[in-house]
Amino acid sequence: MKPDRFHSPHARMATLFVTLVIAWLLWSGIFMPLLLALGLFSCVVTFLLVRRMGFFDNDFFALRFSRKLFMYWIWLSREVFYSSLQVARVVLDPALPIDPRTIEIKSDSGHLVDQVILANSITLTPGTLALDLHQGIIKVHSLTEAGAQDLLSGEMNRRVDALREG
Amino acid sequence: MSLALILDIVSWLLLSAGGVFVFIGGLGALRMPDLYTRMHAASVTDTIGPALIIVGIILQSGFTLASVKLVAILLFLLLTGPTASNALASASLLAGYRPEYARALTEEERQ
Repeated sequence: MKPDRFHSPHARMATLFVTLVIAWLLWSGIFMPLLLALGLFSCVVTFLLVRRMGFFDNDFFALRFSRKLFMYWIWLSREVFYSSLQVARVVLDPALPIDPRTIEIKSDSGHLVDQVILANSITLTPGTLALDLHQGIIKVHSLTEAGAQDLLSGEMNRRVDALREG
Repeated sequence: MSLALILDIVSWLLLSAGGVFVFIGGLGALRMPDLYTRMHAASVTDTIGPALIIVGIILQSGFTLASVKLVAILLFLLLTGPTASNALASASLLAGYRPEYARALTEEERQ
């Protein structure tokens, strides 16, 4: 496993705490001392609770923001848009030309968080649905054969695997 | 044409397109033969529908705190939606409900 800047528990703690404080400030938008104190209090309580749950110690930490992740989201939005159009075309066709397939995709990455990102991306894209994830193998249900072929080309898999680098 | 009018037109188009996709998703959920294929149709309602509608509302609210919250709502919807879908799909698989309309992709079909 490649070490990265989110490897140390302190960096993870700082990331979570800063995210919580920013979220509170943006959600309320009211900067009265009482509300700020309450916000800080709830951030600290949340922080202590998740620390007791072992959020920082195991390797499931998922709060990794990077330029690459945003580029991936933009790419994924395009995929969602085009496959939505395809599913819409299938639904609106009077003949309902579905041809469902089940396939298995082996994740390129050995990391559990990457595998979850891949499975969720597959589900998020209309026309493909992740049924099960077990030991890096994702069982996928696809509405059409073209959707299954698209996944087997492995582009999404490669892009998710590349997320962890840099 | 003023900027406000252009923004109104674009936002109106996005809201309408989002509504159309939500409707198509609902129609698909009715037309599809089994649970898994229905979930494909429902995921149109889950993803592109709310995305277009929320971007349409953001154009109405402009650079305000409300827009930040709308972005957060969209982000949470897109992050939690697949989790719920996966839970539903694996629960029905575990309950023994097979995707009977689907067949495995054969070796010849693999490119």
